[in-house]
Amino acid sequence: MARITKEEVLHVARLARLELSEAEVAKFQEQLSDILEAISKVSELDLSDVPPTAHPLEIENAWAEDVPRPCLSEDEVFANAPDRSGDYFRTPPA
Amino acid sequence: MIDTLRLTAEGAKELLDKKEVSGAELFAAYAGREDEYNAFLHRCGDPGGDGIPIAIKDIIGTKGIPTTAGSKILENYVPVYDATVIANCKAHGLRILGKTNTDEFAMGSSTENSAYGPACNPWDLSRVPGGSGGGSAAAVSGGLAPWALGSDTGGSIKQPAALCGHVGLRPTYGTVSRYGVVSFASSLDQVGPVAKNVRDCAYLYSIISGRDANDSTTVDVPAVELPTAEDLKGLRIGVPKEMNGVAGIEPGVTAAVSRALELAESLGASVEECSLPRSVDYGVACYYLVAPAEASANLSRYDGVRYGLRVDGDDFREMIMRTRDAGFGDEPKRRIMIGTYALSSGYYDAYYGTAQKVRTVIRREHEELFQRFDVIVSPTSPTVAFPIGAKIDDPVAMYMNDVLTIPSCMAGLPGLNIPCGLSEGLPVGLQLIGPQFAENALFRMAHALEQAIGFDVVPERLR
Repeated sequence: MARITKEEVLHVARLARLELSEAEVAKFQEQLSDILEAISKVSELDLSDVPPTAHPLEIENAWAEDVPRPCLSEDEVFANAPDRSGDYFRTPPA
Repeated sequence: MIDTLRLTAEGAKELLDKKEVSGAELFAAYAGREDEYNAFLHRCGDPGGDGIPIAIKDIIGTKGIPTTAGSKILENYVPVYDATVIANCKAHGLRILGKTNTDEFAMGSSTENSAYGPACNPWDLSRVPGGSGGGSAAAVSGGLAPWALGSDTGGSIKQPAALCGHVGLRPTYGTVSRYGVVSFASSLDQVGPVAKNVRDCAYLYSIISGRDANDSTTVDVPAVELPTAEDLKGLRIGVPKEMNGVAGIEPGVTAAVSRALELAESLGASVEECSLPRSVDYGVACYYLVAPAEASANLSRYDGVRYGLRVDGDDFREMIMRTRDAGFGDEPKRRIMIGTYALSSGYYDAYYGTAQKVRTVIRREHEELFQRFDVIVSPTSPTVAFPIGAKIDDPVAMYMNDVLTIPSCMAGLPGLNIPCGLSEGLPVGLQLIGPQFAENALFRMAHALEQAIGFDVVPERLR
């Protein structure tokens, strides 16, 4: 199993919105390679006729009555917001 | 004088009912005890009332009480609503002693991944209490709480209970609401009880379990019975040879488990070897694909916009990337990146898709065994508590701690740890796995065995 490259670490970090320092990139390149090598073991099995499991219980369609219920107040919703402008969460420009 | 090291929740309730202690005295007995384990991240004042005190893993949202998930990214987060399990506890009068230490986002097996420093083991302060729920485990074992709530994704209730020498249940998936609980891997996360004995464990499970309109993955749960059984007549125990023979199981662990199995036979159970060939071999690899994949999606919500840490940047994207770099520790970063990689274009089928199929293989292997057995038994952890720092620089070695707890989690099965003896002066845990919704059967068996084993849950250095 090939080790992952520095470019791949940076690519994945970008996809995951993580800004990594140079030192972190080097460390994670090593560690992620080790982890990927260990978990690639799943490809050893013949799974051609096996369906996937996404959820451990066989339940489907959990219906709920469509009735209004009390919800959080605006002040509660914004209580933990780093920045607020009226009814909006304020962020730096996109 | 209240002996917080020995007093069970049931015992505490009796003292309260008979008015031998007041609610305030009982709360103060726990709250006044020094926390030499870094078990708590936050301790609460007495909210009043006459109920039994309880400690809560800091993964579980508590209205008005900080909930950090062991992460800097939630350092100042104070929930504006209670998780359903907290509402259930309050409805039974339970009073929150505080929020317990955890590996960051419950990702770890030693509590060393907590952003607020590791918790330590009441049996030996130089050793880990297990993880991720090491704080709840240390609090219960060290006399800081009669019982606690934990959460378990791949072993975070069972393994700390094993390493600290008490009882912990990972319930059947879907029996306990996840509403208001910080999400790690949603198809695996389950909240469960941490207790000094099996009856307390069953009692707490009865309080927190049940269908919840706010969590559509919950289902109706059979009525919980407090166990009284003292024999195991007719019980069929399967002992998967792979789970009792994988490399790395310490001889002292094997010996304690063998003695417990002999006791089970003497109580009337039949004990027979069986096999889970692929579940054990492929369980860890399967878990460390599925859980990080789900985690990478769940943790995308920490973006510095609605709650949690924000580190400023010149534009929106820079703000998010800086926030996440500063707020997450190494283990969440590793898992987010593994998950992102496994789900990314070109790799999805080879990694995540394959892992989901392996999950089916694991589920089927367990289902087949439960046609012949009522319960399957193994050590909970291959080792006793290891020294703080021993595995922290080797993520793969740390992941292998979970080799025995993971397979049943992947299959959504309930698993119970009871202490079964000592090895090198440290507790050894016995893992009992049942079919889905078989909690009552697990409680009965565990209660009978617990009586026969007679393990003293008070750490030797505190007696």
